[in-house]
Amino acid sequence: MPGLTPEIQKLRDLRLAEQQQQPLRAVRICTTGCRALGALEVHAAFERELAAAGLTRKVALIKTGCQGICAGAPVISIDPDGILYLGAKPADVPEIVRTTLCGGGIVERLCFQGRQGPIPKRSEIPFFAVQKPIVLARCGRIDPTSIAAAMAAGSYEMLERVLTEMEPEAVIAEIATSGLRGRGGAGFPTGRKWSATRAAPGDLKYLVCNADEGDPGAFMDRAVVEGDPHAVLEGLLIAAYAIGARHGYVYVRAEYPIAIEHLKLAIAQAREHGLLGENILGTGMAFDVKIKAGAGAFVCGEETALLASIEGKRGMPRPRPPFPAQSGLWGKPTCINNVETLANIAEILRMGGAAYSGLGTPTSKGTKIFALAGKVKYTGLVEVPIGVTMNQLVNDIGGGVPAGSAFKAAQMGGPSGGCVPARYLDMPIDYETVKEVGAIMGSGGLIILDEETCMVDLARYFMEFCAKESCGKCPPCRIGTTRMLEILNRICAGQGVPEDIARLEELGSQVKKNALCGLGQTAPNPVLTTIRHFRSEYEAHVNQRRCPAVVCRNLISFTILPDKCICCGRCAKGCPAHCISGKAGKAPARATAPDREKGKVGEPFAIQPALCIKCGACFDVCPAKAVVKQ
Amino acid sequence: MSGAEIKDVKEEQPMVRLTINNREITARPGQTIMQAAQASGIYIPHLCHEPRLKPAGACRMCQVHLGAIDRPPVLACATTVSEGLTVISESPELAGRRKLILELLLSEHRVACTTCDSDGECSLQDLAYRYAAREWAYGTFQHPAAVTLNYTSDNRGIEYDVEKCVRCSRCVRYCEEVQGACALTFDGRGISMKVNTAYGRPLHLSDCELCGGCIRVCPTGAMREKAARGLGRSKDLTKVQTTCTYCGVGCTFELNVNPDINRIVRVTTLPGMGTNDGNLCVKGHFAFDFVHSPERLTKPLIREHGAFREASWEEAIAKAARGLASARDQYGPEGLAFLSSARCTNEENYLVQKLARMAGKTNNVDQCATTCHAPTVAGLAMSLGSGAMTNAIGEIKDVQTLFVIGANPTEAHPIVGLEMKKAMRNGARLIVCDPRDTWVARHAQIHIKHRPGTDNMLVNAIMHHILALGLHDRAFVAERCENFDGFTGNLKEYTVERAADVCGVDADLIRRAAEWYATGTPSAIFYTLGITEHTCGTENVQNLANLAMLCGQIGKRSSGINPIRGQNNVQGACDMGAINTVLPGYQKVNDAAVRVKFAKAWGGEIPANTGGRVTDFIEKAGEGVLKAFYVMGEDPVLSEPNQAKVIESLKKLDFLVVQEIFMTETAKLADVILPATCFAEKDGTFSNTERRVQRVRKAVEPPGEARADWQILCDISTAMGYPMHYAGASEIFDEIAALTPSYGGMSYQRIDKAGLQWPCPTKEHPGTAFLHQGRFTRGKGLMHAIKFRPPAEQPDADYPFMLSTGRTLYHYNIGNMTRKTATISQKQDENFVELHSLDAARLGIIDGGAARVTTRRGSLAVRARVGEKVRPGGLWMPFHFVESVTNRLTNDAFDNITRTAEYKCCAAKIEPADAPGA
Repeated sequence: MPGLTPEIQKLRDLRLAEQQQQPLRAVRICTTGCRALGALEVHAAFERELAAAGLTRKVALIKTGCQGICAGAPVISIDPDGILYLGAKPADVPEIVRTTLCGGGIVERLCFQGRQGPIPKRSEIPFFAVQKPIVLARCGRIDPTSIAAAMAAGSYEMLERVLTEMEPEAVIAEIATSGLRGRGGAGFPTGRKWSATRAAPGDLKYLVCNADEGDPGAFMDRAVVEGDPHAVLEGLLIAAYAIGARHGYVYVRAEYPIAIEHLKLAIAQAREHGLLGENILGTGMAFDVKIKAGAGAFVCGEETALLASIEGKRGMPRPRPPFPAQSGLWGKPTCINNVETLANIAEILRMGGAAYSGLGTPTSKGTKIFALAGKVKYTGLVEVPIGVTMNQLVNDIGGGVPAGSAFKAAQMGGPSGGCVPARYLDMPIDYETVKEVGAIMGSGGLIILDEETCMVDLARYFMEFCAKESCGKCPPCRIGTTRMLEILNRICAGQGVPEDIARLEELGSQVKKNALCGLGQTAPNPVLTTIRHFRSEYEAHVNQRRCPAVVCRNLISFTILPDKCICCGRCAKGCPAHCISGKAGKAPARATAPDREKGKVGEPFAIQPALCIKCGACFDVCPAKAVVKQ
Repeated sequence: MSGAEIKDVKEEQPMVRLTINNREITARPGQTIMQAAQASGIYIPHLCHEPRLKPAGACRMCQVHLGAIDRPPVLACATTVSEGLTVISESPELAGRRKLILELLLSEHRVACTTCDSDGECSLQDLAYRYAAREWAYGTFQHPAAVTLNYTSDNRGIEYDVEKCVRCSRCVRYCEEVQGACALTFDGRGISMKVNTAYGRPLHLSDCELCGGCIRVCPTGAMREKAARGLGRSKDLTKVQTTCTYCGVGCTFELNVNPDINRIVRVTTLPGMGTNDGNLCVKGHFAFDFVHSPERLTKPLIREHGAFREASWEEAIAKAARGLASARDQYGPEGLAFLSSARCTNEENYLVQKLARMAGKTNNVDQCATTCHAPTVAGLAMSLGSGAMTNAIGEIKDVQTLFVIGANPTEAHPIVGLEMKKAMRNGARLIVCDPRDTWVARHAQIHIKHRPGTDNMLVNAIMHHILALGLHDRAFVAERCENFDGFTGNLKEYTVERAADVCGVDADLIRRAAEWYATGTPSAIFYTLGITEHTCGTENVQNLANLAMLCGQIGKRSSGINPIRGQNNVQGACDMGAINTVLPGYQKVNDAAVRVKFAKAWGGEIPANTGGRVTDFIEKAGEGVLKAFYVMGEDPVLSEPNQAKVIESLKKLDFLVVQEIFMTETAKLADVILPATCFAEKDGTFSNTERRVQRVRKAVEPPGEARADWQILCDISTAMGYPMHYAGASEIFDEIAALTPSYGGMSYQRIDKAGLQWPCPTKEHPGTAFLHQGRFTRGKGLMHAIKFRPPAEQPDADYPFMLSTGRTLYHYNIGNMTRKTATISQKQDENFVELHSLDAARLGIIDGGAARVTTRRGSLAVRARVGEKVRPGGLWMPFHFVESVTNRLTNDAFDNITRTAEYKCCAAKIEPADAPGA
């Protein structure tokens, strides 16, 4: 152990200085994910208004990463008051400054609206109540473009401790004790992966951070890299120290420009502060990181395809064994960890492996971030202890399915996962239990579905995704997914035959068994789990040519109820097929005698079924809900 | 297979025992289950596995159970063997899986076995039958990418049919992993994935080298020879294993013949076949169209009143024999000469020198070794005692330091190039000394781009530096070499700095090359005509022998000095004594005891005149001394330097006989032309560059009245008064073996499939992979003191450039065989000159434009290729084009010992021209 080096001391001084500099008050605006909903404009408005109010020096205005409750974008926190404002427009900013920052009051209409009224305090909002932020502790709090801010919040403290106090084996042991499992989806114990790579013969070893998050609806890794890139770097550095890697890569999809920008900046800053390169912090350790931007192939999230892609080859998986820990990047032992896994590392060391393993269930330790999407009130990024129930996620955190519909199922783990139906609402979410019902924990994509979702159509959607994203290397995946998609298309088009369900099951199980990599081995999951849990919907499609959720176009019809039609004519105006006719005017039921005399009485509109293309435009525009979909 | 033998010697790790399907087998550690099974003759179903390629695990057909059938299966192609492993390769579960995969493949496959050329040779067909896969199980899907046009549509050689492709990636991987061309790739994803070139460029405009490996590894009919379409289904064809007729590597392949139409349809190979391991280059794979060319000579021709007329064989033989005999009788041994051919078999070369010596009573016999590697034969014989490649081709992959000088293996000897690529993949370091950026030069860690003709300055400086650092092998030199002091004394003046100046290269590169070569054991030297085709050619060769001896990098496996021979049988032609100074097996003519031995065997006096080389013959013809000349399978008018002078000299002959397959430029001057046969039409043997004697087999009937060369030679000899009769090539070979000690243990039976490497003195001898183990052939290796001598012609004010000539990948020598294949013409069909972009800019010559190259002997306008491939002040031209004869320009200055011409250096000038032309 080199002990305390002058470089480390310097870093500590810097941290201390930064911590002392923090002003009392801060306005934090998420400018990463919320950028799409005008966060930058809101930030600019704050700059103006704070200056106008003479508060520039007294109130820190911080651009942060994701603060979690994405449904309320742009999200603004005001500290130390702990106030959270959702959905503010630039026009609201003067009021916020006036009322809250100057006056100490609350702008109620921008608060989270609870059942009993507005809830201004973040800590009291149910969305945050169940959460246990470990990985996301700094995300949404600090300015991700400032290494000083990250350090003031504790970044690199654990690296310093590791480098000065711990042997690599001790680091691995601590991670093993924590029970941390890979957060990329497969859930392989991280400690075991590290010790295998450390034990592999050879001096040259690689460490790769997998930030190629490709599941539709998942954005956990993006948020972490965007919001706290130094957590990833610190995790990489500790991992590199533990396994003895000299070179690292972060493989991040090019579709994540903000993540790449923040990561680039973080790497440059870390290098500047002696945290990367030769002789890190004067301890003799050498490690450096390169960013490899992926070109957006889903399969490149598969570790061997990812390695091929870094090597400059077409991203196609190769058989395992040999596992990357034995022969990975350019044939050298390589450890590949997911973003979230790495972002856990420093915090595990901070709280101790044993303490971390106290979180979660007996087999699944710690917390997991989920990207809550779909039909819930409060979509967003949530970090919960593993083992919380689906009910807690959907109803307590997500605020439940919007009124008028009901929770039907949750699609977990994206296209590789499966659906968990409503009857498992009280099921604890951990690796093993989720697997039992046919889904997977996955990387954390969680799409909530309500009664308006056709499960066959959902399976069709994911199968289309997988068939398109198949790299094409092995026949089961390349051809099998396409054949399955063809059957699903047929069923959704109302041309299915009863044997199709068995054929899907047979093909699905064969594709799972025979495919080369995780993509193909899991691609049939959405189909197989929906058949397992919603077989009656499939049967309705093939036996009765009926889509119970009224989604599959060829199986539904639109009709206008004449006694409900108010003869406004909007449906006919908006019909692209020109198949709705009637006469605009007063509805016959409500027409008065003068109306009749003046000929102002309309005739109820009607759809010519043969010409209808079932686009649903009429259904959407009808103000009287006279158009019926069935 | 030599490869297998060599491997076994090297790897002596304990074998692993395992059982496959209850059969106990042994395997080498590190082998995969698939490799172990194949080595033991056990078939495990597969589509994407290919022995030469890394496991891809793509097709999923080779899943096998380990231990018990209820365990999830593993891939046989990607799982390595271990002691006590139990493998089960067939079970109902596996059959179900395989059937599903096959049915999926068939669902997108255009099942057209009825019209498919691959019918009978298709893994998909075989496997579908084996597992009773249904073609219609998942419907026949219309492939979205099934368009009629693809990257091979305009290509004349290769055809890709996406609807027959199983996407096993063998072609793509072969192109990358074996050939290193990386021309093929996958395009698109999922169901739309197909094989393509980068950016979909037409194949012949891509990096494709037309090796045809993609076709050979394709398990179905998706990759095929375009020209073979409709000429016979695979199951209708007869396969005849034979040896390639082009360069000296001596690749083994099978001519696939349709007997119904007496036609070679395609060339096939199998992995593990020959020293080439089933790999071929563009020439081996495609350049056989000449065999069936309508331009073949089919009848004897006699010149009458300045024109040729057809004649009967009797008349032609009688006239030829009469002309030769009268020169012999009138002018004695100097009045006639015989030019044998490195293109013909050992048996025929043996007969030509026997004909010359017994019927012609002269030692005036030669072949084109003089044009190329005579300095090797002479130089290495003087230094080491035998003039041949010391190592086997199969040893190249294990060389640690490749020292390549004056050689362009990936173009001139592509299969040797592949072995070097293997060595590089195994971690070998590559040093290339070449004035030109060849493929190996571009991939070398050290490329010394020295001035043409400064090799001895460079090599002397390298040795100077090795001595200065004391990196030489003192024990080896003391024990096995002589004249060390004389040798070192000479080196004193050749400092690295001086060489850097004279050669025009960085001194540090020379130092580093010297250190790497000396210490990177095993190191091996490879050279070709960049070394020999100089006025100091023999000295160049001797100096490389010096370098090898100095460092003790010779006489070991994967370490030695390796001239790579340029022609299919130039090694054999030399071995057979088609050289003025030696009889078969390099037994010296001027040794009386040797003459007695042969006189006894052949029943007559062996002439004692010294005779001359082909360059002498032409000179003597010009002087009026040589009167009659017999030329078999050579075209000196195109292949010898200073063409105008060659024609002028040959015209002075009284009598010229040409035995040929085409009307060559030399044949046009002949009095009698005898139509002969090519390699595909006769039996015999070729000896390749690694001294391996291999069979050549008759596959098709010759055209018209053309006759096997050995039969013609017997007829001529008999008509000249020395009767020669043989029942067949085998009988001639037995006579060769009886008289040639190094071939003594060989027979057609022994060399049947894999050949034997000489020396092989007895029936029990296994052949010799590498030479000079423990002792040099001549006893002690002789170290020569070699002075640097510049080329005969130096650039000057009038001719400021230095012109070199050489071979390209796509053509072979005078081009009369390769240029008859359309596939090749499409890739390269005209002469060109390479020059440096600085010179081009200065002279106003543009890339692709025309430029006139002129030397003191002639002038040619050709297409210019402008770039940085040659040095500033350098020019380079190929010599394959009859309509644009580069040898009009070359210098007829000769090596002082072997009379080989200095093709690699002559002074020239270059200027813009309007269009290519004479």
